[in-house]
Amino acid sequence: MTAVTTDAVATDTRRAGRWVYGSAVVLLCAWVIVPLYFLLINTLSAPETVNSFPKPFIPEFDLGSLTFFANFAGMLTALKNSILVAGLTMIMSIVIGAPAGYALSRFDFHGKELFRLLILLTRAFPLPLLALPLAVMFIQTGLDDTVFGLALVHTTLAIPFSVLITFALFSGIPLELEEAAWTLGCTRLTAFSKVVLPLILPGITASAIFAFVISWNEVFAAAVLTIENRTLTAFLLQNLDTSPLHLKFAGGFILVVPALIFIFAVRKYLFAMWGIASR
Amino acid sequence: MAQIEIKNVAKRFGTYQALHDINLTIQDQEFMVLLGASGCGKTTLLRIIAGLETATTGEVWIGGRRVDDLAPKDRGIAMVFQNYAVFPHLTVFENIGFGLRMQKLPNDEVKDRVERTAELMHIEQLLKRYSGELSGGQRQRVAVARALAMEPDVILMDEPLSNLDALLRMEMRAELKGVLAASNTTAIYVTHDQVEAMSMADRISVMHQGEIVQAASPIEVYRNPAAEFVAGFIGNPPMNFLPAAPAGDGKWSVAGQVVDGPSSGKPLKFAIRPEDMRPADTGLTATAKVVEPLGAHLLITCEVQGSMFRAVLDSDMSVKPGDQLTLAPQPDRMRWFDPDTTLAVA
Repeated sequence: MTAVTTDAVATDTRRAGRWVYGSAVVLLCAWVIVPLYFLLINTLSAPETVNSFPKPFIPEFDLGSLTFFANFAGMLTALKNSILVAGLTMIMSIVIGAPAGYALSRFDFHGKELFRLLILLTRAFPLPLLALPLAVMFIQTGLDDTVFGLALVHTTLAIPFSVLITFALFSGIPLELEEAAWTLGCTRLTAFSKVVLPLILPGITASAIFAFVISWNEVFAAAVLTIENRTLTAFLLQNLDTSPLHLKFAGGFILVVPALIFIFAVRKYLFAMWGIASR
Repeated sequence: MAQIEIKNVAKRFGTYQALHDINLTIQDQEFMVLLGASGCGKTTLLRIIAGLETATTGEVWIGGRRVDDLAPKDRGIAMVFQNYAVFPHLTVFENIGFGLRMQKLPNDEVKDRVERTAELMHIEQLLKRYSGELSGGQRQRVAVARALAMEPDVILMDEPLSNLDALLRMEMRAELKGVLAASNTTAIYVTHDQVEAMSMADRISVMHQGEIVQAASPIEVYRNPAAEFVAGFIGNPPMNFLPAAPAGDGKWSVAGQVVDGPSSGKPLKFAIRPEDMRPADTGLTATAKVVEPLGAHLLITCEVQGSMFRAVLDSDMSVKPGDQLTLAPQPDRMRWFDPDTTLAVA
C-alpha cells in the first residue's frame, strides 16, 4: 500500500521535474531566439512595414531595408573598416598568441603560473579605464583614428583567448609526436611545421575566428579611438539617435549574423578552452 | 659500424639524481637491453643517447663520434616510442616514409624502401590507412617500420611492447628479435619485463636507482647475479636468501646444514634459485605452506627456520601444505652475497 503511494508520488515528482526542465529549456531558447527572429523579420521587410504597427510575424523578404543600409552614406566604409580591423586583430592575435600558447604548454620556466594569471588579468581592467589614456597616447604617436591602432587595442583584448585556446591545443598533442619527428630528421622548426601545425590548424582557425568576432563586436574602444575611420559598431552607435528604425535593424542584423555563424562554427574549441571535454 | 660508448654520464633533475656516473660500452650490432623497475633511470639513459635529454655531465659517443652537442637528427639513430607516436595526420605510407622524405630522397626510392620495410613488418596491406584506423599492434608495427626504413646505425626502443596484450607481446617479441638481427643495427631496448629482456638480449644491463648494477649476457645475469638486487629482481620466482654463519675454513652453516662456500671471515647470505633444490635424504628442513601446481612444475612456498623459501619441484611429487620436506641445494648453483655491500662473493 505504502509502496504504491510512494511510487505515485515519485512519478508525480518526476513528471513535475520534467515539466520544469522542459519549460526552462523553452524559455532560455526563446530568450535568445525571439529577439534574433524579430531582428530577422524587420531586416527582411520594407522600410514602411518596419515603421508600421502591428508588425508581421513572417518576413516578407523585401530587401528595401538592406538596400537603404547599403546606400547610407559612410556605411560601407564603416563595414570595410570593421572587416579590416577584425582581420588585422585576427592575424596579430594568432602571430603573438600561438607562440605564447606553445611556450606555456611545452616549456617549464620560472613564473609560468604567474604568466598565465597575468594574461587573464589584461581582461580585468574595464576598457573605459584604459581607453582614455590610450586615446591620448595614440594621438601623441599618430596611431589615433587608424585601422592599425584600433586593431592593436583589439589584439590585446583577444590575446588572452588566443593564448589559452592554443595552450589547450598544444597540450592536446603528445610531445612524443614531436620527439619522433626530431629523431626522424626534423629540427624543432620543421617538426612544428610538419607535425604540430597540421594537427592544430583547425583549432588555430577557430582561435583566429574568435579573435575576429571579439574585434567585430567591440564598440567602446572603436568609438573612442576613431573619428573618421569608424568601424561598423562605432558608426551605428554614432548614428543611433538620428537613424531611422529600419537602418538600425539592418545594421544590427549585419553585425549579429557573422558573429553568430562564426561562434557556432568554432563552438567545439571554445568548450575545449573552458576545460569541458569537446564532442 | 656503430659502437656506443657512454662515459661517466650523470643526470640530475633539480635535486633528484636520476643517473649516477654511468659507464657502458655497447658493441656494434649488439642487442642491449636496459632492464629495471620504473624510476631506475633506464628511459632517461635512452633519451640521453637519443639526444632528447641532455646529460648533466659525461659523454656519449656513437660510432667513434662524440654526439653530446648534436641534435637527435644528426646522431644516426632512430627511435621507437612507448606510445608508438605514429603521426595521426599521415597515412601509414607517409609515416614510414617521413624520415626518408626529410632526407629528400627521390620519390621512387622512398616508395621502394617504404614498401620493403612494410613487407618486413607485415603491414603492406595497411599503407593507405591512418593511425586512427589501426589496432595497437598494427601501430607498433608502423612505428618499428618507420624506424627501420631510416636504416639507422642505432635503433633505440623505449618499452615498445608494454602497451600490447600478453599474446601479441610474445608474438612481437620473437618477430622484433628476428627483424633486428637481420638488420645489422645496434639496438638498445628499454624494458621492465625481465622475460622480454632474457629472451631478446645479447646483453642485459640491470639498472637500479640510477646505476648499472650488472651488464652481462642473460644467462650470466641469471646464473651469477653480481648483486643481491639482481638476484631478487631476475627470475620468477626470484632467488631465495638465507643467512649463513661461518663454520670454519670454507664451511658454512645454513639453516642447520653445513655446506661448502667461499672462505670469508664474516657472516654471508646464502642464495639459491627455487629450481635448484632437489628432494633428498639430507638437506634443509622446510615446512610447506602453500602449494601451487603450475602444470609443468610445482611451486612450493615453505618456511625454513622462520624465513620464507620457495622451491620449484617436479609436478609428479605429491606435497600438501604442512608437509615436512628435506631439500638439498645443488652445490654448483649456490651463490653468496656480502650483506654489507650486497655484492656477490665468489
